[in-house]
Amino acid sequence: MSKIAVIGGGIIGVATAYELAKLGEDVILFEKNYFGSGSTFRCASGIRAQFTDEANVRLMKYAVERWERLEDELGFDINFRQTGYLFLATSEEEIEAFKANIRLQNRFGVPTRLIDMDEAKEIVPILNPEPFLAGTWNPRDGKANPFKTLFAYLFRAREMGVDAREHTEVIGFEREGDEITAVRYRSRGKAESVKVDAVLNATNAWAPTINEMAGLKRGIVPIKVYKHQLVKTELLEKGQAEPLVCPPSWNDAYIIQDGEDGGIICGAGIEHEARGLNDVEPTYDFLRGVLRYAVMMAPPLKYAHVIRQWAGFYAKTPDRNPAIGKLLEDFYISAGFSGHGFMMAPAVAQAMAELIARGRSKVPIDWEWYDPYRFERGELHTSAFQIG
Amino acid sequence: MSGKVIICRCNDVTADEIEALIDSGVTDIEEIKRLLRIGMGPCQGRTCIPLVISILARKTGKRPEEIPLPKTRVPIRPVRVGVLAGGDDE
Ligand SMILES: Cc1cc2nc3c(=O)[nH]c(=O)nc-3n(C[C@H](O)[C@H](O)[C@H](O)COP(=O)(O)OP(=O)(O)OC[C@H]3O[C@@H](n4cnc5c(N)ncnc54)[C@H](O)[C@@H]3O)c2cc1C
Ligand code: FES
Repeated sequence: MSKIAVIGGGIIGVATAYELAKLGEDVILFEKNYFGSGSTFRCASGIRAQFTDEANVRLMKYAVERWERLEDELGFDINFRQTGYLFLATSEEEIEAFKANIRLQNRFGVPTRLIDMDEAKEIVPILNPEPFLAGTWNPRDGKANPFKTLFAYLFRAREMGVDAREHTEVIGFEREGDEITAVRYRSRGKAESVKVDAVLNATNAWAPTINEMAGLKRGIVPIKVYKHQLVKTELLEKGQAEPLVCPPSWNDAYIIQDGEDGGIICGAGIEHEARGLNDVEPTYDFLRGVLRYAVMMAPPLKYAHVIRQWAGFYAKTPDRNPAIGKLLEDFYISAGFSGHGFMMAPAVAQAMAELIARGRSKVPIDWEWYDPYRFERGELHTSAFQIG
Repeated sequence: MSGKVIICRCNDVTADEIEALIDSGVTDIEEIKRLLRIGMGPCQGRTCIPLVISILARKTGKRPEEIPLPKTRVPIRPVRVGVLAGGDDE
């Protein structure tokens, strides 16, 4: 049994701590604020296998299979529901691109299909079909409650002996040569250290700082942090817009009905580079911009009231794909998840835990695709489709 | 306090549910808020958050002033989408 430190108490760190404990490892998990306080508790809850490249389609197909069984495995209600994702085309060229995506997804067993606007309207009663020509529909995509999911993983992880600490910030490492021997952390103003055999950097937006602590170049995994926002309306009758609905050509604008209370969550790619890692101030231009798209998509929304707006981070690498893998002999990274870290967590956590504990994984993950050193080598992949 | 005492009227959360969650080890108000959806209703917590703080203070032995208020979210009052999106005919 090795002692493994997981840094970052978002969905990726917590789920990986759980998977490591399942494999019999001795895990200490650090979260500097409260669990979920980074991007995880701010996310739009969407889960999809509709990606546009083989690596992400295969990984997400597997992730969705894990999601389907997760409630039973963890023994908690996490409100995972397969309400689908519907992408909408506004031009003939886009339909052709959609068809190519569908062929790719079908090849790996993801049952996406092209639907006409009559069918789209049946699936999303408040949809305005006018601006759109067709849609791609995968009924097995869906959503889950991020709060409940994180806590379900956390409770089970603690049950298996994970030492999960919040309000505990990692402030450095002790090293002998290239090897990390201990993690230094601060809690309630007191600095302490713990001896470890391996470390996982699961701090997403904060990952460059942790890489630096490990003696690496800050930009080895070049993560830029963008403020991504959401607006939520008052509760609507359920079933009005259960799937995530998105015309990508409208600046990735989307709507999705909250699986818990039925409010409509509205997002869009109206982004701001964050001024710092405390900058989660919502902006007025986003509020107005996102609602314009939302009303064009679903006109009845104009009579609803907005009750909340919030911001969080999209931690982006240059190709919008995360960095997942080994950086040093005893130092691993799983970070830079852009808009899709929540949905990937069950698969990525398992893959990373198996990599750390066993050196290889059963998960269909393309390690080369997510290789954290690809930026250094100047090999970028096609951009992953980045919305939630 | 016992029985069905409703603390968050918007989202129908009882005192028992809150106490049970605190007993299970969740003592950060930001976490309690999200797990039970307290303070996320139309009143945005004006009714329930002060009550949750007093329960939390009692159960954790802290003074209420030591418990930080959860972040408030704009807009402070609900606004109609049509108004923000720029008029009904757009
Ligand atoms: C508005 C919005 C909508 C989104 N919608 C979706 C969606 O629909 N579907 C989807 O899959 N994804 C979505 N995402 C993306 C998703 O939220 C993230 O990709 C995911 O939560 C990343 O999880 P994480 O655990 O890697 O990072 P985080 O949740 O950010 O966790 C990292 C943690 O590390 C902690 N930390 C940092 N430094 C230290 C340190 N020195 N010591 C200890 N702890 C430290 C931080 O406090 C933080 O809690 C959305 C994101 C946003 C902002
Ligand atoms: S009473 Fe709790 S949000 Fe209104």
